[in-house]
Amino acid sequence: MSSPVVKLIAQRIALGIILLLAISVLIFAGTQILPGDVAQAILGQSATPESLANLREQLGLNDPAYIRYFRWLGGVLIGDLGTAMSSGQDIATSIKDRLWNTLFLAFWAAIVAVPLAIILGLIAVRYRNGWVDKLISGLALASTSFPEFFVGYLLVYFFAVKWQVFPAISTVYDGMPFGERMQAIALPATALTLVVLAHMMRMTRAAILNVMQSAYVETAELKGLSAFAVIRKHAFPNAIAPIINVVMLNLAYLIVGVVVVEVIFVYPGMGQYLVDHVTKRDVPVVQAVGLIFAAVYISLNIIADIAAIVANPRLRHPK
Amino acid sequence: MSNELEFLSRHVASGKLSRRDFLGRAAALGIAAPFANALLSSAARAAGPVKGGTLKAGLVGGESTNSLDPALMMTQVPFAFGKCWGEMIVELSPDGKLENRIAEEIGSSKDAKTWTLKIRDGVEFHNGKTVTAEDVAATLERHSDEKSKSGALGYMKGIQTIKANGKEVVLTLKEANADLPYLLSDYHLIVQPNGGKDKPDAGISAGPYVVKTNEPGVRHGGERFANYWQGDKMGHADQIEVIVINDATARTAALQGGQVNMINRVEPKIVDLIKRVPGVTIRNHAGPGHYVFIMHCNTAPFDNNDLRMALKLAIDREEMLTKVLRGYGSLGNDFPINASYPLFTEIEQRKYDPDKAKFHYKKSGHDGTVLLRTSDVAFPGAVDASQLFQQSAAKAGIKIELKREPGDGYWNEVWNKQPFCASYWGGRSTQDQMYSTAYLSTADWNDTRFMRPDFDKMVLAARAELDEAKRKQMYHDMAVMVRDEGGLILPMFNQFIDATGAKVDGWVDDPHQELMNGYALAKCWLQA
Repeated sequence: MSSPVVKLIAQRIALGIILLLAISVLIFAGTQILPGDVAQAILGQSATPESLANLREQLGLNDPAYIRYFRWLGGVLIGDLGTAMSSGQDIATSIKDRLWNTLFLAFWAAIVAVPLAIILGLIAVRYRNGWVDKLISGLALASTSFPEFFVGYLLVYFFAVKWQVFPAISTVYDGMPFGERMQAIALPATALTLVVLAHMMRMTRAAILNVMQSAYVETAELKGLSAFAVIRKHAFPNAIAPIINVVMLNLAYLIVGVVVVEVIFVYPGMGQYLVDHVTKRDVPVVQAVGLIFAAVYISLNIIADIAAIVANPRLRHPK
Repeated sequence: MSNELEFLSRHVASGKLSRRDFLGRAAALGIAAPFANALLSSAARAAGPVKGGTLKAGLVGGESTNSLDPALMMTQVPFAFGKCWGEMIVELSPDGKLENRIAEEIGSSKDAKTWTLKIRDGVEFHNGKTVTAEDVAATLERHSDEKSKSGALGYMKGIQTIKANGKEVVLTLKEANADLPYLLSDYHLIVQPNGGKDKPDAGISAGPYVVKTNEPGVRHGGERFANYWQGDKMGHADQIEVIVINDATARTAALQGGQVNMINRVEPKIVDLIKRVPGVTIRNHAGPGHYVFIMHCNTAPFDNNDLRMALKLAIDREEMLTKVLRGYGSLGNDFPINASYPLFTEIEQRKYDPDKAKFHYKKSGHDGTVLLRTSDVAFPGAVDASQLFQQSAAKAGIKIELKREPGDGYWNEVWNKQPFCASYWGGRSTQDQMYSTAYLSTADWNDTRFMRPDFDKMVLAARAELDEAKRKQMYHDMAVMVRDEGGLILPMFNQFIDATGAKVDGWVDDPHQELMNGYALAKCWLQA
């Protein structure tokens, strides 16, 4: 691999790290702006001036904000996210299981959604402007236009209540057999798939159609290649960069945007965990979850950028 | 009842005949289905509990922040799971009487100041140790300690000394209290080895189930405790599981789909729909819980009793009961007590009277609007109820301005802080507890700022009175005082609405709390 690619990739990663630092500042500042401080939130109704002062001392809240920020950041860098105010549990330990659950759900939703969206996009291009194209686009757009809680409830109504093929609630736990686990996540994974499908499908279609206007596609057609072969061999490889971009964006959504779906299906993931702690004003947990979500979002975007760079033949083969 | 039917119903109970076949045969004999069903359930009860299976409940009221420490229990899931693994000193039975659990006998001195609990022999903790008087005393000590942050601390403060003495625990109170045994039935007071002082959240007590899984906010599971001291009465299912389902729709769907056998908090507006689902039974029953609008008696403009009275008369209780609770409740009368309390007496029902309201409003001299703060979280349907209140008051010439507050922070920023807002109370088991928690001048949760030294005196006097007739009269007088001079507008008492799925048997309505006072998982069984 040649130097411009390596340089570009290094640049992206460095930018990502700077961005993440900036976000950590924003998250920290945001939680400082909230009325009251952590000590007040912990003591709640029973707060007396003395106990507040004691607790502030104990938590180091009397130090200036920037010192507290660096202390927090230092902890995060060595994997210490602090302890939850409301339950006194170590945040890193409780987040580990939750994050794993969310990733598990996102993984299976992605396994279904990404190939499905790309294949549907290819089919739509092949039969562009015909009824197949319109049907695929129509259905995909409809499923995306419905809010996810509506899609979720529809799935529950038919698959869990009426026909009783899948459970309505997706409680998963450690040591659950793989088959049962898959059955439990069937409905939320379907709901997520329906939500992200159209975006990826439409982008695939648009990107390939764009390439289809090029002269070399016409040449390929004139050579007598079949329509699918043209798309597969000539159009798709050249349209891959924008497709990867939109796939990554949607993958990020599968991880950080699942709050509603997790709540509807009672799935013990990061979303539920975040909602529980937001209502309790458990600031350290909200900070930690916010940072993790930001990190996931940024790293997936970096991967998309890198993939686009690598996929670009002009960058791979510089003159 | 024909002999044949009786014979058949016994067959169903013993599993020799299916329920459907039985109903068919009953129909052939000319018996209507409801009667046949009733017959069947009485036969099942007579046949006795069935052992085995896994009983699952899908409940609202659990968070990832829950702990197994009984002192910190606040919401429904820890409460219901606590009744599965925990054992109480004394408990309220469904008919309102006291049922001795770990205390075999409770006696008091004549002045109701010294109480003696005799500890039952042969009750075993899950860790194999025997429950001793020391354990009970330590439990009470821990909950009396400020540091434990116990939800029972408010009552426990009234206990001066706690001493274990052989097989007895002797309590001396700061002030006489005839209701002490009722206070000891508080759900926080689960007896733990050494009072839980070593490890408060160990989840070890002497209840019918041993804690097996504890994933706060997700699920809790228990396995039958082989050495439970009352195995014939509780702990019928081999395993029990509580699944946290905070979303109302998901909860109902889980019951309909058969993933859980029982759920709590069915919303009144969907009860009629759920009723029609085959196999599902709605279990609704009256309790002490109530929905309220509270005014601070010491804050302008509500420091004027005429204005308070005008607002009390300007609320249409009947309309609210039908529209907000869909009839699943009963009318309130502006004092926090109803028939689910042992010493309740009837007082004339206050009715919607715009003319009288107008009269009192005029007399109060108040001008302009009255600001009422409300929120979804105040009680289910609180925003609708506030709008109904606004309309019925408008007819009496009183302008209520509604301010919808965010649910997040409502209990910290609005309730017990702002002078007029919507709220709810779960109720308590005795009048004394209810009045001491929210109507004594010194109470932290005196959310109507009802500061009346004469009332405080009455509370203390009634507490110490052992003559029931006299006590009833005292509580009657106190109720009239709160009703006519207090800051409470109480339009309705809500009902507990639980639901069970097919095959769940052994349900007994309990007026104290939802899910048979939390015992549904421990006391119900699955039909074979």
